[in-house]
Amino acid sequence: MKKVSVQCRHVRLSYGSTEVLKDVDLDIEPGEFFALLGPSGSGKSTLLRLIAGFSRQQSGEVLIDGVDISAQPPWSRNIGMVFQSYALWPHLSVWDNVAFGLVERRVDRATVRHKVGAALELVGLSAFGDRRPNQLSGGQQQRVALARTIVIEPQVLLLDEPLSNLDKTLRVQMRQELLSMQRRLGLTTIFVTHDQEEAMTTADRMAVLDQGVVQQVGAPATLYDDPVNTFVANFVGTMNLLPGRVHAAGTPAATLQVDGVGDLPLPAQMSAPADERQMLGFRPQSLQMTDAGAARDPQWLWMSGRVEASEFLGEFTRYRVRVGPHSVAVDQTHHAGQHKFAVDGDVSLGLAPSQLRWLSD
Amino acid sequence: MNTPTAAAGGLQARPRPGRPVAAVGVRPGVWLAAALVLGFLLLFMVLPVGRVFYTAFVEADGTPTVGHFVAFFSQGLMKESFLNSLYVASVSSIFAALIAVPLAYFTVRFDFRGAILIQTLGVLPLIMPPFVGAVAMQLIFGRSGSLNLLLGEWFGVTLPIMEGLNGVIFVESIHYFPFILMNLTVALRNIDGAMEEAAMNLGCRGWRLFWRVIFPLALPGFVAGASLVFVKVFDDLGTPLVLGQTNLLAPQAYLRITQVGLEDPMGYVISVIMIVFSIAAMALSARVLKGRDYATTQKGGGSIRRRRLSPLGALAAYAWIGAVLLIVLSPHLGVLLLSLAQVWSFSPLPDAYTLAHYATVFQDSSGMIKNTLLYCSLAAGLDVILGVTIAYLIFRTTLPARQWLDWIATASLAVPGIVLAIGFLRLYKGITLPGTDTLLTSTWVMIMLAYAVRRLPYALRSCVAALQQVHVSLEEAAESLGATKLRTIRRVLVPLMAGGILAGFVTSFITAAVELSATILLTSAESQAPMSYGIYLYMQSVAGRGPGAALGVLAIVVVAIGTYLSHGVVERTQSRFAPSAKEAQA
Repeated sequence: MKKVSVQCRHVRLSYGSTEVLKDVDLDIEPGEFFALLGPSGSGKSTLLRLIAGFSRQQSGEVLIDGVDISAQPPWSRNIGMVFQSYALWPHLSVWDNVAFGLVERRVDRATVRHKVGAALELVGLSAFGDRRPNQLSGGQQQRVALARTIVIEPQVLLLDEPLSNLDKTLRVQMRQELLSMQRRLGLTTIFVTHDQEEAMTTADRMAVLDQGVVQQVGAPATLYDDPVNTFVANFVGTMNLLPGRVHAAGTPAATLQVDGVGDLPLPAQMSAPADERQMLGFRPQSLQMTDAGAARDPQWLWMSGRVEASEFLGEFTRYRVRVGPHSVAVDQTHHAGQHKFAVDGDVSLGLAPSQLRWLSD
Repeated sequence: MNTPTAAAGGLQARPRPGRPVAAVGVRPGVWLAAALVLGFLLLFMVLPVGRVFYTAFVEADGTPTVGHFVAFFSQGLMKESFLNSLYVASVSSIFAALIAVPLAYFTVRFDFRGAILIQTLGVLPLIMPPFVGAVAMQLIFGRSGSLNLLLGEWFGVTLPIMEGLNGVIFVESIHYFPFILMNLTVALRNIDGAMEEAAMNLGCRGWRLFWRVIFPLALPGFVAGASLVFVKVFDDLGTPLVLGQTNLLAPQAYLRITQVGLEDPMGYVISVIMIVFSIAAMALSARVLKGRDYATTQKGGGSIRRRRLSPLGALAAYAWIGAVLLIVLSPHLGVLLLSLAQVWSFSPLPDAYTLAHYATVFQDSSGMIKNTLLYCSLAAGLDVILGVTIAYLIFRTTLPARQWLDWIATASLAVPGIVLAIGFLRLYKGITLPGTDTLLTSTWVMIMLAYAVRRLPYALRSCVAALQQVHVSLEEAAESLGATKLRTIRRVLVPLMAGGILAGFVTSFITAAVELSATILLTSAESQAPMSYGIYLYMQSVAGRGPGAALGVLAIVVVAIGTYLSHGVVERTQSRFAPSAKEAQA
């Protein structure tokens, strides 16, 4: 089957005076597993429904395989959608649910039987054709919804929070299944979620949306390592932020006068115009922590602080360290017998120079 | 995004029936209350109906037999009545569905002002009993009625709308279609919009979308409404009698009992058949509903999305609604015209107008109006007392088998008025009031009790709903402050339930005010006749039509005011609970 691309060009949509999508531009490659990530109200579901044809943008284009489909009604788009609630019809059996789209396409009976059988087998529910949807577990319902959608061989597959109604273990398992199925079918897939872990583990690339604006598009690691702004930085993982003013004077390099703390020497690659306010960002795991009196590695940038709280999370311990007016999260990998820092103890925090980023608001 | 729905769901989680307030044994007062309720239900519902069944299955000397049923089906008239009743009830249901389904679909699907009009349409017919409008309908749609006179004049054709059984079907279907409309509208509203979108996504639209997805999902609501229409029409006595169609089951039962006598077994056979059909229709709808909880709105989902109508579509919709509105309102209009008409015969509209009929009614029938007010308020009062007691016993005590009280009380829905009346007459035959020669069955108390039994399910549902809104902790707080059970009920529970109790009272009152089938058998003297009986009596003669219609208009006014009041009370009660619901969602 031919793999197709999906493109949004300057898509704008508002309900009354509320702007839901503001000039959205996206290029989704053929065969890609693409995630739309954002908090509720960010417009991600609206964008998905717009691609499916359930709402229409006021301006801009939606191109499938290079063709603008904006004027086409949902029933002639051949875009499959799996709904958050699954939307399985309770009055039809599992088999009839899956056969629905084929019947609408006036496919002959033998083919329907063959294709529905194959689709149910693909999702491992061959034995469940006679059941009613409400006799199935959540995970099974999810599979039926998926089978019902892929049986019509859509050009594009849309998934609206497909895993949100499942419990945690099942979610991880379904995630793997979804991904392997997508790889096998080579189907361009767009996947809406508010769960960053879900997006990062599955997506080839993802777009982070906030307030109807695409904040950043890229591979999960790119967004994690080089977020363009504080929103993306905090939505994809946790980011410590230190605001301050850059002083270019003095050698060997510039310093950042962190608000309420004092000067922090900046590594050479962190150039910034002098006398500008800047936001310095770094991840909790890019810090090393030592007791206050211990020797400091001169390659790292050091600050002093006091431990406020600690949370033991198994793989690591997350400390909250007070540095002046700021609270900094510090993750220390955990091994058996490892030194623990006491709450209210004074510590030194070392920042890995290569892990520092400037962030805009 | 999911939290509000989850919170709302939590709010709706009701204390399960039988949840004990305190794990102590059942108190003597509870036993007494239960015994009184059970005594009432046995004396005025179970035993009379049981007596009807018993009489249908025994010979005069008491030996069991099915001979009466064999006799029933070997009599041509009985067989014809049976088939006619089936035919009328089925065809009325179909016509009612034809009116109601498009209207329900319009309100849910389209965003237009006509929706309010339809909501009004939905209650208008119910405020007037069908037998009141029947005569007026004959004057409008009958052989020499307004419509056919005009049609004959213009096109030389006439339509046999009111001929024979057609008339019964016509009057019944335009009267009872709201049952389908209301049930179906609720069912359609509860469909998750994603159900429809999923179908559109798979290539389905238009008519196919309606028939393959939307209607099947709303089917339980439709069946509930349609079976209600079937039962109501099957049991209706007043309309066929007023229209002179006696070859139906209910009129036959009435004629047998009143003309042949209380000993004639045919009346009992018919009663049994009517109850069996009522129960069958209700069982059918319960079966359809069972396991099909199609209230599918789910997390993050809204109902079906509304569309704006195209100008042409709006025109068509308004035309359809306008036509239905005109037909639905014609009995009301007809009764009003009739009550004001000096002479109305062989002309599209009355020849002259007068207020004389109202004067007549106030002069002759003020007793009837008083009777209606007296019987109905007593019956409705009895209903809410029973309703509150039963609700309390079910939800606040650990009384064994307490659900049975609810079931028995609700079972009276399946008992047609005429059957209950026959049961009363038979069971209490020859019993006199203590110390007098007055027969029990000749007193108005019987009429009042029949009303109370038949309307009890309505009041009970209101009281149950009201009690479920009151959290147990409110009563526990009162008890911990030293109030006894009885005082807690009086000072905390009943005031909190007041809205629901009042709504239950009004519903019982207004539906009792227009009840005819039990009234007609139990009224033994004109001095005890309520309005419904008076209307029926007047309508029997051509000269009485005017005053009958005037009395009908008064009855409509009483019922309309009651409906309006109960609506207001329910709305107010709901809005009182709304703030807490909002808090829970925030």
